[in-house]
Amino acid sequence: MNGPFGTLAIVLSLVLAAWSGVAALRNRPPDRTHLVGLAVVEAAVLALTVTTLVAIGGGSSPAEAGTFWGYLVTLLCLPPLAAVLARMEPTRWGSVIVLVICLVVPVLVVRLQQTWSVGSV
Amino acid sequence: MSEPATTASGATNRGPGRVLIAVYLLFAIAATSRAGFQLVTKYDEAPLAYLLSALAAVIYIVATVGLARAGRAGRRLALACCAIELVGVLAVGTASLLVPSAFPDDTVWSRFGAGYGYVPLVLPVLGLVWLRRTAR
Repeated sequence: MNGPFGTLAIVLSLVLAAWSGVAALRNRPPDRTHLVGLAVVEAAVLALTVTTLVAIGGGSSPAEAGTFWGYLVTLLCLPPLAAVLARMEPTRWGSVIVLVICLVVPVLVVRLQQTWSVGSV
Repeated sequence: MSEPATTASGATNRGPGRVLIAVYLLFAIAATSRAGFQLVTKYDEAPLAYLLSALAAVIYIVATVGLARAGRAGRRLALACCAIELVGVLAVGTASLLVPSAFPDDTVWSRFGAGYGYVPLVLPVLGLVWLRRTAR
């Protein structure tokens, strides 16, 4: 859980947030680059999930299990949700939606890491 | 903020409204899962806080639906939810500071939503502004 993928997901998501902010400021709808960006963020989150499942298979377990799984499932749903909403709103506000969701992803990753290891926070 | 022409009058579910719906949706998910989990696993620890979380969750869900429906009924629904929400976050926020002992665990609205970056405080205001802006 504290491997490279959490950090990777946070960084990628923040980069995409900034890129969406640029589109919103230029009064542009989200384009293909944003959708690809969301796919990349989702891939990082999936990688994080897989490494977590491997760790759990190896005997570790989240400190606050219920909360942890809730955050994980929500996190996995966010990039697809952003993509759907962005396509529904092909205006600058679609870019704002991608921006907002890309700011929520890092928060969730951090919360996920906190619920994984309560003792070491 | 200078493009009233691009937002169809009366429609709450277009343009900026869709951003608002997205954020409401996130809070509906966050508050529902949090409240559900707390009520199921540790209701006895802080019943008041958890019931308030559940109330907040319901309001976020109904507000999301109201904004997304966009009709007159949806608008009225959203208006009621945003008003209740604003009163709720102010009341619970104040109470949690004055009588912290009544809130052994946090709710979404504790300390004016500080645990959620004060978004719970800003959201109903934005909702009311948006409803007013799209009203004719």
